[in-house]
Amino acid sequence: MSSALLDLILRATLDTLYMVAISGVLAALVGIPLGVLLYVTRPGQVLAQPVVSGVLGVITNIGRSIPFIILMVAIIPFTRMLVGTSIGTNAAAVPLTIAAIPFIARLVEGALNEINPGLVEAAQSMGATPWQIITRVLLPEARGGIFTAMTVTVVTLVSYSAMAGAVGGGGLGDLGIRYGYNRFNPTIMLITVAILVVMVQGFQSLGDYLVRKSDHK
Amino acid sequence: MIRLHNVSKTFVIKGRKRRQGTGEPDGGASTVQALSNVDLHVPQGQIHGVIGLSGAGKSTLIRCVNLLERPSTGTVMVDGQELTGLSRQALNQARHRIGMIFQHFNLLTNRTVFANVALPLELMGMKRAEIRQRVTPLLELVGLSDKASQYPAQLSGGQKQRVAIARALASRPKVLLCDEATSALDPQTTGSILALLRDINHKLGLTILLITHEMEVVKAICHRVSLISDGELVEEADVGDFFTAPRTQLGREFLNDFLKLEPPRALIDQLEEAPGENTHPVVRLAFSGDAVSTPLISRLARECGVDVSILQAKVESIQERTLGLMIAELMGSPEKTREAIDYLESHDLHVEVLGHVQRTA
Repeated sequence: MSSALLDLILRATLDTLYMVAISGVLAALVGIPLGVLLYVTRPGQVLAQPVVSGVLGVITNIGRSIPFIILMVAIIPFTRMLVGTSIGTNAAAVPLTIAAIPFIARLVEGALNEINPGLVEAAQSMGATPWQIITRVLLPEARGGIFTAMTVTVVTLVSYSAMAGAVGGGGLGDLGIRYGYNRFNPTIMLITVAILVVMVQGFQSLGDYLVRKSDHK
Repeated sequence: MIRLHNVSKTFVIKGRKRRQGTGEPDGGASTVQALSNVDLHVPQGQIHGVIGLSGAGKSTLIRCVNLLERPSTGTVMVDGQELTGLSRQALNQARHRIGMIFQHFNLLTNRTVFANVALPLELMGMKRAEIRQRVTPLLELVGLSDKASQYPAQLSGGQKQRVAIARALASRPKVLLCDEATSALDPQTTGSILALLRDINHKLGLTILLITHEMEVVKAICHRVSLISDGELVEEADVGDFFTAPRTQLGREFLNDFLKLEPPRALIDQLEEAPGENTHPVVRLAFSGDAVSTPLISRLARECGVDVSILQAKVESIQERTLGLMIAELMGSPEKTREAIDYLESHDLHVEVLGHVQRTA
């Protein structure tokens, strides 16, 4: 294999990691608080707001029901406004982030739902404010569940980022389509797939490790 | 220290569930009266037990004291402060003076034992060094100094409840609420947790309100007891009196169930409510204090000419009082047995005629 091709593969790998990292981090920054909000505004919870909870729920569901490939194309004007272009890794990171936010939010909400309600009650009996309950009880207790949620999200982002390659997003998916599929080069195709497999395995193992480390249930 | 006045609680159940059997929608909301007009006063330093069957409203009652459950009507005074009218912030302040422990401990799984006990202090905004000074002696008090850096999952049920007790005491409360605190523990562990609670009550003068369905708990540590049924307090008494002579049917059921002091099966079948021509009364005698050490049974034979056949007997010691219980058949003519019962009652025995059996001799 020529060094030019190796260079291309390396570059594509880094591009994928870049897209996954930036969209993963940004989506977590919005998605985790949104998940918390979805949970605490439910009826009977510490900040029960049935209307807010309902509206957020519907928005989240809409976000989750749009197929990624359609979302990617549909928000091109928004992407352009934000990063100035609709091609490349930065442009791909925008729809990736937007798709991942509701995804994370629902998973985080699910993780919070696993917490024994008795813990919240105990904190209330100690005079904890809703903010203290969120920061001292809910988030620390759901730590393992949140790491699990992030692992699932990152793995999903790896495969979505490959899809972004279809519209010129860069990264391994892009490489696989242009060199592997369009030019019918099975070696490149296999290499990109192999790298993706290794990447997913790596993220999953890292996630599992963090869950084990952080959770004392 | 704790004073509930006219507390009622009504739960509204949304009419979403269909009425059983008919398949008809329930037509709007229905309500459940969990507590009605509860008055309860627990003076400083007292251990007060509320006993009742499941669904009687015990949990709702204890949760009304720190307003985890807000009463529909009535007032809640703790340490001279009326809680129902407080702002959210003031209520949180007031809750620092009310500790609570739970049936399932409710420890934070991702915090060490130390950090669990420190939690209420963190919530109060206390400095780290000060927290350490508070937590260390508390762990000593509950006997878990060596477990400070372990996580709850590594502890036994009894140890978890000890951590929960230390946590409840961290903010130096005036009142401790125990919500079925020993119901998830085995009898031996229950004993050690109760001993710890009694110890705390002694040492710190802490007022304790506990709810339970176990007479054992009431017997072991309570000074006073209330009986709850269908959301109402139906009986309240000093524990010694309650165990000697409960005033309500439910109280008697609880006591008999606890003492397992029932006439033999075969005898129950023969018992008749009304005395007949040739019958003997079967009585349940409860005696405490001096009566325990007086040889009343033999005197009965001498002075009233009534023979006593003891069917069952038991001596319990409750709150430094000795309590004797006996089921006996009084053998003699109707006049003599009548006299015998009067004699026993004049010696402060509590006599309950369970029924009458045919004379065999």
